[in-house]
Amino acid sequence: MSLPAVGEAPNPWFSWSYVENNLDTLVAAGQQHVALTVFAMGLSIAIAVPLAVLVRTFAPLETPTLVVTGVLYTIPSLAMITALWPVFGLSALTVIIALALYGLLIILRNILVGLDGVSETAIDSAQGMGMSKRGILWKVEVPLALPAIIAGIRLATVSTVGLVTIGALVGYGGYGTLILNGFINNFYHAQIMTATILTIILALLFDGALQLVERLVTPWTHTKDSR
Amino acid sequence: MDELMSVWQWLTDPAHWTGPDGIPVRTLQTLYISAAAMIIAIALAFPIGMITGHFRRFGNFVTNIGVIGRAIPTFALLIIFASWDAVGVGDLAAILALAIFAIPPLLTNTYVGVRDVDESMVEGATGMGMTNSQVLGRVELPTAVPLIGAGLRTTTVQVVATATLAALVGGGGLGRYVVDGFALQDVTLLMAGVVLVSVVSIGTEVILAVMQRLLTPLPLRLDRNKQMAEDAEASAA
Repeated sequence: MSLPAVGEAPNPWFSWSYVENNLDTLVAAGQQHVALTVFAMGLSIAIAVPLAVLVRTFAPLETPTLVVTGVLYTIPSLAMITALWPVFGLSALTVIIALALYGLLIILRNILVGLDGVSETAIDSAQGMGMSKRGILWKVEVPLALPAIIAGIRLATVSTVGLVTIGALVGYGGYGTLILNGFINNFYHAQIMTATILTIILALLFDGALQLVERLVTPWTHTKDSR
Repeated sequence: MDELMSVWQWLTDPAHWTGPDGIPVRTLQTLYISAAAMIIAIALAFPIGMITGHFRRFGNFVTNIGVIGRAIPTFALLIIFASWDAVGVGDLAAILALAIFAIPPLLTNTYVGVRDVDESMVEGATGMGMTNSQVLGRVELPTAVPLIGAGLRTTTVQVVATATLAALVGGGGLGRYVVDGFALQDVTLLMAGVVLVSVVSIGTEVILAVMQRLLTPLPLRLDRNKQMAEDAEASAA
């Protein structure tokens, strides 16, 4: 740390007094960040599950569906958010829809990869036991595919936590709003760094929580940690 | 409908295809920022990934870099570099932020690709008297090509797409149209920018997918389902 030159205001990256003086702002930004992430992921899952069922029922739809979600995934998130702005305005909905569409590919692909990865033997034995097609899907295929499905949700969630920050452009970016305002407000280092660190912590918390969920719903994978 | 027509007219207006603010120059700027970031990321990630993968060591270190790397928001990195006196606003802030964004997936894929090469192949090569670098160069790397290639492709596309952000901190590239259109509330300019950045990102994906297929030796080419699983693994890494 070098001392500031005479006449130059200190602008440290790390400042505990910033945190103390702005606790309310930081809490509010964190709540918004969590809400935006949860709603975006909820919407993404709500679209991905029926899509996966549809694609598994009508195989010819698989390629077009993957192409469309692939294109959505490739569109830059900044472009997606700003493109929805003329439609939904400066609202939370703009950010939620943009990020839900963006995460769709990862979740859908992992559901399909998970279901494809279920061994023929497991399905054969279920059939031999006289289970219905529907029973096989829900009692054999889905449980066995769960680790891959939750891995997809984890991956999408962690990247969504990061991308929420771009929502700052339309006024709904959680910690991103603080980062952008810090930038505009004469490079307010303490605000930028604090909000960045909190975003990273939030992403790691989501990651850890979903890892825990994965272990709870698939206890048979306990013996070996599958990443 | 009128909006679509005006976006089409903007895109086909010859005036927008020339000069320092024209589409060709802006496209080259996006590609320059992306390429510079990828070169830095590859120069750091490949050697480390190869060595850790070959010796099958430091797996936890590589995994942790991957987890933390994914959790760091690129937007925040960009703003940090741009507000740091040593870097400042402009293309350099974007290049550095994108390089850091690209390192974790490249590192993980290289590490996993080299590490997961069949041990009997490695033992056979060692038994034939190959040195460490020969085993790496002649056995492990060629076998790891599909996974490394898949990771390189996913990462490059993500970098090109994310390079749009450069315009937020005074950098160049096609993102300028998006950011300027948004700032000026000029929906035509904004939407033309959205179309352009999307076309360039998707074009990169298509070109790299074709290249990946052509460069992969025939016996290593995968069927579609396996390809999808591999892509899922590459983006997960």
